[in-house]
Amino acid sequence: MDVSPEYAVQMHDITKVFGSFTALDAVNLDVKKQTVHAILGENGAGKSTLMNILYGLYHADEGDIYLNGEKVSIGGPNDAISYGIGMVHQHFMLVENFTVTENIILGDEVCSAAGVLDMKKAREDVLRIVEEFGFEVDPDAKIEDITVGMQQRVEILKALYRGADILILDEPSAVLTPQEIEKLVEIMHDLVSKGKTIIIITHKLKEIMSSADECSIIRRGQYMGTVDVSQTSEAELASKMVGRNVNLTVEKTRAEPEGVMLEIKDLTVTDERGIEQVKGLNLEVRSGEIVGIAGIDGNGQKELVDAIMSLCKADAGTIKVGGQEIQNTSPRNVLDHSLVTIPSDRQKWGLVLPFSVAENSVLERHGEELFGPGIMLDYDKIRSHTSKLIKRYDIRPSGCEDERMSGLSGGNQQKAIIARQVSYVPDVLIAFQPTRGLDVGAIEFVHKTLIAQRDRGAAILLISFELDEVMDVSDTIAVIYHGQIVGSFEQGSVTEDELGLLMAGGGAA
Amino acid sequence: MKAVTSFLRKPIASAIVAIAIGFAVAAVVLAAAGYDPAASFAALFSGALGKPKYIANVFIKATPILLTGVAVAFAFQTGLFNIGAEGQYILGTILSSIVGIMVDLPPIIEIPLVVLSGVLGGALLGAFIGFLKAKFGIHEVITSIMTNWIMLYLCNFVVGSNTFHKPNSTSALPINPSAYTMILPNWKKSPEGMAALDNIPWLKEVLLKTDLNMGFIVAAIVAVLAGILLARTKLGFKLRAVGHNKDAAHFSGINVDRSIITCMLISGAICGLAGALNITGISPHTITLLAAQEGYGFNGLSVAFIAGCSTVGCIPSSLLFAGLLYGGMTVQQVMGAPSDIINIMIGTIVFFTALPGITPILANWIDKRRASKADALLAAEAASATGDTPREQAAEDLVTDASNNVEQEA
Amino acid sequence: MLTNLLLLIGITLMYSTPLVFGALGGVISERSGVTNIGIEGMMVIGAIAGAATSYFTNNPWIAFLVAGLSGGLVALLHAVASVSFAADQTVSGVAINLLAPGIALFVCRRLFDGAAMTPIVAKLPKIFGESAFAGTAYAGLNLNITTVLALVATLAVWFVLYKTKWGLRVRAVGEHPAAADTLGINVYKTRYICVILSGVFAGFGGASMTIAIISQFTQTAISGHGFIALAAVIFGKWTPQGAYGACLLFGCTQALTILLGGGSFPVPSTILAMLPYAMTIIVLILFVGRSAAPKADGVPYIKGSR
Repeated sequence: MDVSPEYAVQMHDITKVFGSFTALDAVNLDVKKQTVHAILGENGAGKSTLMNILYGLYHADEGDIYLNGEKVSIGGPNDAISYGIGMVHQHFMLVENFTVTENIILGDEVCSAAGVLDMKKAREDVLRIVEEFGFEVDPDAKIEDITVGMQQRVEILKALYRGADILILDEPSAVLTPQEIEKLVEIMHDLVSKGKTIIIITHKLKEIMSSADECSIIRRGQYMGTVDVSQTSEAELASKMVGRNVNLTVEKTRAEPEGVMLEIKDLTVTDERGIEQVKGLNLEVRSGEIVGIAGIDGNGQKELVDAIMSLCKADAGTIKVGGQEIQNTSPRNVLDHSLVTIPSDRQKWGLVLPFSVAENSVLERHGEELFGPGIMLDYDKIRSHTSKLIKRYDIRPSGCEDERMSGLSGGNQQKAIIARQVSYVPDVLIAFQPTRGLDVGAIEFVHKTLIAQRDRGAAILLISFELDEVMDVSDTIAVIYHGQIVGSFEQGSVTEDELGLLMAGGGAA
Repeated sequence: MKAVTSFLRKPIASAIVAIAIGFAVAAVVLAAAGYDPAASFAALFSGALGKPKYIANVFIKATPILLTGVAVAFAFQTGLFNIGAEGQYILGTILSSIVGIMVDLPPIIEIPLVVLSGVLGGALLGAFIGFLKAKFGIHEVITSIMTNWIMLYLCNFVVGSNTFHKPNSTSALPINPSAYTMILPNWKKSPEGMAALDNIPWLKEVLLKTDLNMGFIVAAIVAVLAGILLARTKLGFKLRAVGHNKDAAHFSGINVDRSIITCMLISGAICGLAGALNITGISPHTITLLAAQEGYGFNGLSVAFIAGCSTVGCIPSSLLFAGLLYGGMTVQQVMGAPSDIINIMIGTIVFFTALPGITPILANWIDKRRASKADALLAAEAASATGDTPREQAAEDLVTDASNNVEQEA
Repeated sequence: MLTNLLLLIGITLMYSTPLVFGALGGVISERSGVTNIGIEGMMVIGAIAGAATSYFTNNPWIAFLVAGLSGGLVALLHAVASVSFAADQTVSGVAINLLAPGIALFVCRRLFDGAAMTPIVAKLPKIFGESAFAGTAYAGLNLNITTVLALVATLAVWFVLYKTKWGLRVRAVGEHPAAADTLGINVYKTRYICVILSGVFAGFGGASMTIAIISQFTQTAISGHGFIALAAVIFGKWTPQGAYGACLLFGCTQALTILLGGGSFPVPSTILAMLPYAMTIIVLILFVGRSAAPKADGVPYIKGSR
């Protein structure tokens, strides 16, 4: 593609190598001015690396960058900012205990005298942009006190405050409700009409269809071409992204549930800051069914799981597994009642990264006689147990029993956790965000495993912030809002919009 | 060259490099201060290894720091920083002295009793620090340091108390001889013993001129047992899991608070053992007034870090440090150079073991240089086709370099 | 009674001064995200550098500055390890604490004929001159000039941290270094400066022991002060003003030790000597809250791992 001032951003033949791994191999990107341009690719395909190069956080080993037809060299975020590039990261780059204003001015402060902050003027400056772009944000609120959607707007304001003309949004919808996503799409189109150019990084097809003008696809560091969104379909984009035809639906038979296995009654949980996060929640999961909980992050999901696992105190209510109360005991006791959990953050809660794969595979069960007599551990037995799991669940690289867990890819780490938890043959399986950060192939594996466990007769509680996942996998869909279940539906009897409304508190009003 | 870089990537390499840097820094400091480094190091080595009794004394000196080292390494592997080894050691000496003074039983009961009291003292103090961490989230480093000072003054209090003070001295009463653990204490001074030893002069020197005792053997066994406990038992598995990832351990049903307290209890017990063995094994067989920290705890930290926090690795590293500390005194006698140079050396060594990346970084750097040399070689070859003489020369140089590399690899 | 009270206040302020400097060092370093257990060692270096310089120049002011610079120099080591090499900050701090007394005693013995202490050296002045109020009840209130400097330094650190753009950046780096990095703030540079400054303050703290309170360096001049200062940082919830208050409390226990030990009080001096250390533990049990710690405290920042 020729270099031309019609394009806000052109990146040509960008190559980036990390050690022996080629993250980007001669990738091209041409973004027309005043458009929304999507970059589509699986987790780890190199999308974020490409954008981090544009933002100056990484340096390309090869290739050129042109802005408005001029060749530029971007040495760091400061250069990018001065070229009018702004970036909103997937994990927000906000200082939690700072106010909105402090976060926005950080690095480009308003000073009265040498270095002395002029917070009054800073606040006025921030208010002016807030009004100009019609964002509803309180400049004095602390970040930790505002919603995720609000925080995202603060991130966008940070870029606009610095005069950004080109905005990069990394996975912007990952944490938003359908309604918030709609609002975001509106904001994006409004920004474009005011002269801005927007690049969104995403692996969500729907989002591209609803917001983008053009879409460039990257697969395993290779540039797969750019398509006009109005001329394509979700299925075409998906096959370009993955490199094969993918089945976007989850195949399963009808559930044949039996008796209630997990029963939660009037559960109330207070978090460490003293805020009541779960408020009299009621929920039942029967053997042989998957109950999915849809909801936005921060509506009590974390506290619900913590209370089930006895990681935190339940202030009121009961949690019963097979009729026996387990609340306010200990994680050990919960496990002994045959309830296991696939945690949301595998590296924090699920794995001991410096341990070997074999050691990780017996994290809960190392005390059993099976893995060593009395006080001793028998590593041969642990290893042979692990070998079976590796083979059965196709954990790669094969023969990784003695490798450190930290050396495995995210997808294989997740497989290792799931293999371990399933090897427990649990009566109740809690899956909290089980596909976070996984690519399409691994997601398919996780979903199949959950359904196979259901068919074996386990009671499964799936908690996910991805509404599609909850809708596709669950037999029963419950919606959590402000620590309560505000609606419960059989699969297929409810639409995405209805659920979205409930997730945003619309049902309670 | 490849052998060098692959060696540099091994953990032992960082210890060796750190020791080398420690000696180098000490040499520079000595030279800068006007002392001859070579002669100083010669004095150091002869002071540590010159005579059989010196070597025996090195083992005696190594005993407590081997144990405190094992205690620190044990705790570190489970994610805890036991900087309180010093205080736990002191409490071990206090309790074993008190019991050794007050109780007089046959050695077969007396020795275990006195030693176990010391172990108990260290264990209780360690568990207290662990408890404060588990229940109140107070960082063990702060509480450890505070208990180190409290124990120092407690020791001085006991030494100065009417019950235990030995008149006209700066120490408490010695413990009853039935608790002594020197090797053959009576036989070696008996006529038969003297006669037998006359034939083996080195053994005579070692036995009669030092307090050679069972301590080092006990300590080495403890080091091995601690290693097995960590690596091969269910308890060790739990402790290590908590050390590496408290959250995941908790999630997997491991009682994190209990693990922290257990770990500190064991670590403290080992320090208490160090104290008890010093009381039973070497003169004056009691506690004395302390003006400053004795350094057993802090030297234990050094021993542990140089051993890469392997409990068994503490055995050689404790001998190294004991050699440095004991030989260091000779440096002061012979050269007049302050023996504190040894502390500078040890501090430097620990500082460089704290830089975990340094030897791999070195290895990467060497690899990179080789790679860029190879690139330069190719470029030079291309250039030499044009017949540019100086470049040809450069290419030849590089070829020689490269062949040297090949030789070294072979 | 009044005499004793005034004496108590005077001694409290006097003994809290080295702690205040040490604690300010801790606040600055930890606010930028670097745990600094090496404060103790940096204070020892400041103590010897101050005393030795004062001895040779007979100018305690120059000595005070040299003490700060020496502390900063040692802190540079900690910065290299913990910022550039992403080393374990606790181990690096411990290494500093091993190294510093070695250097201090080596230098001391080299300069003063093998003695582990310096001769009596020139002291910094008192605010009302050396002999004002001598013999009156108010003698205790004739404070060391360092006590005033410590208060001024506390106010200055507070102002810089909360009222200037540099302070905003330092706090951001300690809370969320990746966020600061994306806004073009140099995380490494910020941390280097903060760690070095923490050493400078610790050096001042050491000197305010050896050239203001006592007038010589001894092996035990600094004995755990750096760690008590760190406890004060925690107790003061990582703010300069809070740390100042905590230091006054610890200074007060030390003053009580002295007052009670000097009188006919029936408690052995060894037990009284435990008081400041025991007090530190008790205070931490009663008031500790890890929640106030900067989020990225003690976590090395590695570019790209966000």
